Amino acid sequence: MISLKKYSNLARFQSLIALFVMCLVLTLTADNFMTADNFWNVLRQISVNVCISVGMTLVILTAGIDLSVGSVLALCGAITAGLLKHGISIPSANLFIGFTVFGVVVAGVLCGGALGFVNGYTISKFNVPSFVATLAMLTMARGFTMLSTGGHPITGLGDTLGFLGTGWFLGIPMPVWISGIIVFVAVVVTTKTAFGRYIYAIGGNENAARLSGIPVTKIKRWVYVLAGMLAAIGGVLVTARLDSAQPNAGISYELDAIAAVVIGGTSLSGGKGSIVGTVLGAMIIGVLNNGLVLLDVSPFWQQVVKGLVILIAVIIDKANSKSE
Amino acid sequence: MESILKVENITKTFSGVTALNKVNLKLSGGKVTALIGENGAGKSTLLKIMSGIYTDYEGVITFKDQPTRFAAPKDAQDSGISIIHQELNLIPNLTVAQNIFLGREVINELGFLDESNMNQKTKALLNRLKLEVEPDEMVSSLKVGQQQIVEIAKALLTESEVLFMDEPTSAIGESEVKVLFKIIHQLKAEGKSIVYISHKLDELFVLADEFVVLRDGQVVGQGEMNQISRDKLIGMMAGREINMTGKSERKISDERILQVQNLNLKNPQNPQRPILQNINFELRKGEVLGIYGLMGAGRTELCESLFGLRGRLSTGTITLEGRKIYFHSPGQAIESGMALVPEDRKKNGIVPDMSVAENISLTVMDKVTKLGLLSEKLQSKLYDKYVSSLRIKVSSKNQFIRNLSGGNQQKVILAKWLERDPKVLMLDEPTRGIDINAKNEIYELITRLASTGISVIMVSSEIPEVLAISDRILVMCEGRITAEFSSEEATENKIMNAGIPENLNE
Repeated sequence: MISLKKYSNLARFQSLIALFVMCLVLTLTADNFMTADNFWNVLRQISVNVCISVGMTLVILTAGIDLSVGSVLALCGAITAGLLKHGISIPSANLFIGFTVFGVVVAGVLCGGALGFVNGYTISKFNVPSFVATLAMLTMARGFTMLSTGGHPITGLGDTLGFLGTGWFLGIPMPVWISGIIVFVAVVVTTKTAFGRYIYAIGGNENAARLSGIPVTKIKRWVYVLAGMLAAIGGVLVTARLDSAQPNAGISYELDAIAAVVIGGTSLSGGKGSIVGTVLGAMIIGVLNNGLVLLDVSPFWQQVVKGLVILIAVIIDKANSKSE
Repeated sequence: MESILKVENITKTFSGVTALNKVNLKLSGGKVTALIGENGAGKSTLLKIMSGIYTDYEGVITFKDQPTRFAAPKDAQDSGISIIHQELNLIPNLTVAQNIFLGREVINELGFLDESNMNQKTKALLNRLKLEVEPDEMVSSLKVGQQQIVEIAKALLTESEVLFMDEPTSAIGESEVKVLFKIIHQLKAEGKSIVYISHKLDELFVLADEFVVLRDGQVVGQGEMNQISRDKLIGMMAGREINMTGKSERKISDERILQVQNLNLKNPQNPQRPILQNINFELRKGEVLGIYGLMGAGRTELCESLFGLRGRLSTGTITLEGRKIYFHSPGQAIESGMALVPEDRKKNGIVPDMSVAENISLTVMDKVTKLGLLSEKLQSKLYDKYVSSLRIKVSSKNQFIRNLSGGNQQKVILAKWLERDPKVLMLDEPTRGIDINAKNEIYELITRLASTGISVIMVSSEIPEVLAISDRILVMCEGRITAEFSSEEATENKIMNAGIPENLNE
């Protein structure tokens, strides 16, 4: 019994152990891995994926999936950039509305929430599988991005917005602040609130949740709204870092997010997993990307290795849940 | 008598816990053997060993005089041992024939599936079992009882000589049970050996020739069925005599808590046959109202309608404490003081990957949060309260509910409702799949709750259970209430008569 308990404790920390081992190996093999610069570099690089993955975790915990986050990121980034640069002008009414940076960020995030609401509404109202509903949104949001930008990047957004993407505050990069705060809030919400408990209950057994009086439909909608808002925050960060909104930003980001969630031990069938696991998953991917670059591995091989890591993580996870 | 299957000194352990301990068993052709024991006694483990699902065990299995060790379930099937599981293993969107031939499809010269050949053979099998269903019908369109017979047909296709049936009557109505029994008699006459697992002792006395009683992984008794009494069997299973506690003498107040008038429930699939028709009844404070009905009588649907689960399909007037109410969702029903313990625990009751404490607090999150944040302390308090008052056997508050026995899971579900202090507690088949000792505990609990003023609606398809604890009994049949009895006037025969549809009543 004691050995079994030890083992399950070990299993809980498997991603942490994997991350530690990777860091150890890279420290020994790559000269400039274990430096402060590189440390912040890795965290900054993963911050967008962390934002998206947190939302993805919430969705996957309810046994759903959100494929639209990459496109939502692009559209909201474009809206943010467009409003900042051009504002809203209605010539017929002789009206022009200008935006502050704060204003455009709020507007962008609200747009993300609205797109997420459409996802949640179609899924809960018409019983469309989340895979299909968000696949449709993936295509539509990308189309709107192209329409709103005309297919060209929106550039020259100024230093204030740029600060969010490239600035430092108290010795920590801004994107790391933002993603860190999001993670903290998400951990509290999932582990310490009724809303979080309901998310797990819905993913664990939707029928039982409904029969316990949990407002399943409402909570599912909120989860997609949050996923959309978090994708939009990712869009703001990308736009701010590049000082431009690219119409093809965020392509295949949903897959990176799903990878982080899965490596972090969250079950795609819902009800099992954690935000902390997802963050570790995102870190593993980040360190892997970073390490492979530092080791000068060809980008083609990088993809192969990333795929293998996902596979191994899930296989280990399955083996663990069986032995439970 | 020659034995077909002999099991000697079978021992099986799961990570140090002994599930079976030196079990010996002999099965002969042309006999029905009852395998009896409480949940966790080792019946299913034994079944899984004999049918090749578990392959690591100590001991010897001799099949037709050959020492055998099956490597996989398919091995056992190919040699002539089939299991009909409690939960049916048919694929709903394949036809009857496709299901029967699954894994052993007939191929023609061109390498394609020979559908007509398979359909013909299926037809012959179905005729033999007197099941009036076409081979190309979808399994999903069959009734549960018919699906069970398809499972038997599947076993007959492989010319099985030994058939294990695990609780075959747990999900089917009485008329279907009769058909099943006829088939079992027929199989017996053909020389097959049948092992029948059931909690329903009455069935076993009708059906079985021999019995084997398991307790804590050991055989504690075996012999001929006609030489043993019901009480002795129960004594062997539990290791002690059980006296079925009846309901205590309680005063039921005249205060009417719930009144249902003219409740109808439409059937979207078949508008001509509504699921519920003109249901009228009332429930008094502290009363236990038993509702008996066969499968498909509308019992579960009645509970669901009262709980706001059927939306606009249900019409009628429901009055709770003098107030007319209409529930759009379970949330509203719960707010008004209704509670429902659903029939299918696994599907609708528990959240399997949550702990016992988390499952209990699911309905009362406001009671375990402070300023919107969960408090471990409050949750533990809640857990402690119910573990001791309901005597839930659990190792720690963090234990997953899925690792609990059926009876203890049911207690956890009761706990989550009791904390809401419901006015009306609806229990849909509260003791399904629960062993006898735990059943008695649940009965006592129901009686105790009623005496504290909770009004209970208990839906059940087990007449003895309805008789034992109800103050008043309603019988449902085909969506209507066909009879009402006080507990004094109710008898098994009267209830049965009212519950069986006219055209099936012989």
